[in-house]
Parts: sequence; structure tokens; C-alpha cells
Amino acid sequence: MMENDLHLTQHISKRFNEELEEVRSQVLKMGGLVEQQVNDGLEALMQSDFTLAKKVVNGDVEVNSLEVNIDESCTQIIARRQPAASDLRLMVSIIKTITDLERIGDEAVKLGKNTLKLPEESKVARQYVELKHLGEHVLKTLNNALTAYARLDVQAAIEIIDNDKAIDEEFDAISRLLITRMMEDPREIKNSLRISWCARALERIGDHTKNICEYIVYLVKGKDVRHTSLEEVKRQIQE
Amino acid sequence: MIDLSSSESLVSDDIKINKTVGNIYADDAKMSMRNVNVFYGEKQAIKDVSLDLAKNQVTALIGPSGCGKSTFLRCLNRMNDTIPICRVEGELKLDGDDIYAKGLDPVLLRARVGMVFQKPNPFPKSIYDNVAYGPKIHGLATNKAELDEIVVTSLQRAGLFNEVKDRLDSAGTGLSGGQQQRLCIARTIAVSPEVILMDEPASALDPIATAVIEELIDELKEKYTIAIVTHSMQQAARVSQTTAYFHMGQLVEVGETDQIFTNPSHELTENYITGRFG
Repeated sequence: MMENDLHLTQHISKRFNEELEEVRSQVLKMGGLVEQQVNDGLEALMQSDFTLAKKVVNGDVEVNSLEVNIDESCTQIIARRQPAASDLRLMVSIIKTITDLERIGDEAVKLGKNTLKLPEESKVARQYVELKHLGEHVLKTLNNALTAYARLDVQAAIEIIDNDKAIDEEFDAISRLLITRMMEDPREIKNSLRISWCARALERIGDHTKNICEYIVYLVKGKDVRHTSLEEVKRQIQE
Repeated sequence: MIDLSSSESLVSDDIKINKTVGNIYADDAKMSMRNVNVFYGEKQAIKDVSLDLAKNQVTALIGPSGCGKSTFLRCLNRMNDTIPICRVEGELKLDGDDIYAKGLDPVLLRARVGMVFQKPNPFPKSIYDNVAYGPKIHGLATNKAELDEIVVTSLQRAGLFNEVKDRLDSAGTGLSGGQQQRLCIARTIAVSPEVILMDEPASALDPIATAVIEELIDELKEKYTIAIVTHSMQQAARVSQTTAYFHMGQLVEVGETDQIFTNPSHELTENYITGRFG
């Protein structure tokens, strides 16, 4: 019924239309900003770029303030308009989505902070091509999720939920690799742990991205598919 | 008793609503309506509506003005009998018995299926007499003590007793709007009905009095089956377990209230409860 379109502009109250459009565009803006933060965090890590790493760490303030502002807007809309049905689901999904976006922002900051603690000259991270792959995979997934959010594309959201397993597997492979490195040469433990934390941050970004996709399904289909197997999710949305 | 000026405008335009969406059946139905059609003269106000009222539950009837929800409600205790041009077709049953059966006394039916109106309409009598009137004419009390007991219990159940216990002899019309409405509810329950119909019972009341009435409705459902017509979506969401959405004389969608207000199935329901152009 509402696939790809929430009919946000069709309320009798024009002001309500504007409020919903405004808050939705703020979420898309926050998504874009967070995506940039992850992109920069990964770039800083792989290139041992301290300047960029500091920029990421400092950039979190803007992400946080967007989260607070959007929360405030949602609270006001709920208080004034008492939204129902798809409008209510939009509010709930926004409030939840921005929490995950903010946490993705925090993970990007971790990439930046760990970069600053790795030795600048050695360019440690560059030795781990798997880390680069994981990072690019996660970044691509996040980009797809934000596009799916903007387009209310349930099919794309489900593919992303499905894809999270692959990210987890990549993370496990990196962990095994790092453990091997540490056992081979204990002098590497300090740096390997930092690389491990970065891989962990990327894996967590994948998890938050998956959450956002679950909210897309909820928003469009009205089905809560959290903690549900993929087969069950597919079955539910076909109903 | 019927104020025709407040009855909703009639509809005749055809709209493509093929079939009611959702489950019209209740597991434990107190009242069952099947294929109900209502006409005011040539105009059809209700088109082929089927719906159950589940026992000890609150069913909310919502929809835009003129959608037929009040007309449908009034069919449930034959209030429409008083309108000469009104014709009701279909099957309407209370505990499996046809309420439009020949020879059935509508007055006795209305004792079993009581009604509370939009505007509080106490009789110009004392608080006591307002409540005692019904039990008296139906012979529910054999002596003064029994009648006193019915009056006190009814006022207690309506949540009004503590506010009026010292002035049962003063006029019912001297109470505040919210108190008058609770007096009318006490009057309705004094004759031990099984079903209570409420036609926008709180629309003339302030938010506090409304909250008191809603709390009361929640308590009353323990003993009675309730159907409520309301224009306030939030009220329907708060007090009812089942919600039925009417549009142009047709029943568009029925469902659990939780579902209707978070994820309605029909686009017309969605448009109405979210305030969109339908």
C-alpha cells in the first residue's frame, strides 16, 4: 500500500506535512554525515593520516547535536500531533534510527582514536588488506542502507540484513589472523590489539546498519522483524 | 429522546469498498450483526455491515461525520424505531436472539442494551430519582431499601457516589457536565443492562472529566459489553480493544485497536486516522 511512499505531504494540516518532511530530511542529513565520518575514519586508519583522524574525532560533536535536535523535533511532533499508523511508525523508526546512527558515529571516532595511537610512520594498518576489505564492505553496506531508508526500499533492506553474516565472517577471519600474528611475535601484540579494536568497530557499524534496515521494514510494513530469522522476515513481509 | 439535529448527514454515494478488512467475528460475541442495511426513506445510510460486539470488551466505532457509525449504534437498541422513515434490514442478535423479532418490546430491549448520549441529559429531577426511575418502572425493586441499594450501587459503579452522597435530593441538572454524564451512566446501569452503547459520551466534557469517564468505561467493561462512537481517535485508542472504521455507510476495517492505530490494513483507515486527504 505505502511501498516507497509514505504520503507525507497528504495531511490536511500543511504544517504537519512540513514538520515530517523537515525531520525526515534531518535524518538523511545525519546519515550522510555519519557515512562521511566512517569513510574518513577508515581512510585515516588505512593511510595513517593523523590530520584526518583528528578531524573525525572532532566531527562527532556535529553528529551528536543532530541526534539531540532530531529527538527534540520528534518529541514535539508526538506531543502536538499525536501521530498514528504510518506517521507514528515514522516517528518511532526515526528515534531508533538516529540512536544507531549516533553509535555508528561513535565507532567512526574509535577508528580515528586508534589511528592516533598506532605509530604514524609504520603504517601498520596498511599491512592488513583484509581490514581494508572489511571497511569497504561495511561502508558500502551503510551507503546502501541509507539509500534504502531514503527510498523506503524494503527489498534492499532485507538484502542488507542478510548480508550482515558476511561482515561477521570477515571480522572473524581478521581476528584469527591477528591472533596468529600475536602468537608469532609478541612484540606485535600492542598494535595487533589496536587493529583488532578497529575491526571490531567496523563489525559493530555493520550491526547498527542492520538495525536501521530492520526499522525500514517496520516503517514500511508495520512488522517488527528484530530478533527474527531471515526466513521468517521474508515470510512476514510477504503476508 | 433522539435529537435529529445532531444525527449525522446521510450518505448515498457509492464507494468501492468490496469487503470489510479484518475479522468481524468475536470469539465470545454478545451481539452479532449480519448484513445490516439501514435506509432513511430512499437514502441508504448503512450498507451491508456485519460486526460482532465481543462480550466484556469495548468496541469503538470511528469514522468521519456522516459515515453511519451513530446510525449503526442506534440500531443496536432500536433507537431508530422512533424515526418513522427509518428502515432497518439484516440480522441483529443479542445473545443469539433477534432484537427486531416481532412482539419483542423495544423498552425491554433498551433495558438490556442501554445508551449514553453525547450531551448529558439528566431528568429534571433529583439525583436519586434520576437513578431510581428506571428500576422503578421496570419493577426491579420491591421496596424502598432495595431501591436505595440499587441507587447507591449504580452511583458507586459510575464513580459518582462520593461526590453526591450528601445531596442525593438536589437536582441532577445542578451537577457539572462531567458529573451529569456520570449520572446518566449511573441511570443506564441502574436497570442492570448487559450492553451499554455510548454516542460520543465525552465530546462535551473537559479533559479531566473525559479522563474520569474513560477510566469508568475501562472499569465498566468488567461487567458490561460496551460499544462507543467517538470522534476522538486518541479516545478510541485509549478505551477500546476493538476498533471498527466506517466510511460512507460501509464498514471498511475492523481489528484489534493496537493494530488499527499502528498498522491499519486499509488505505481509507490509514488516511482517516493520520489526518490525510482520503
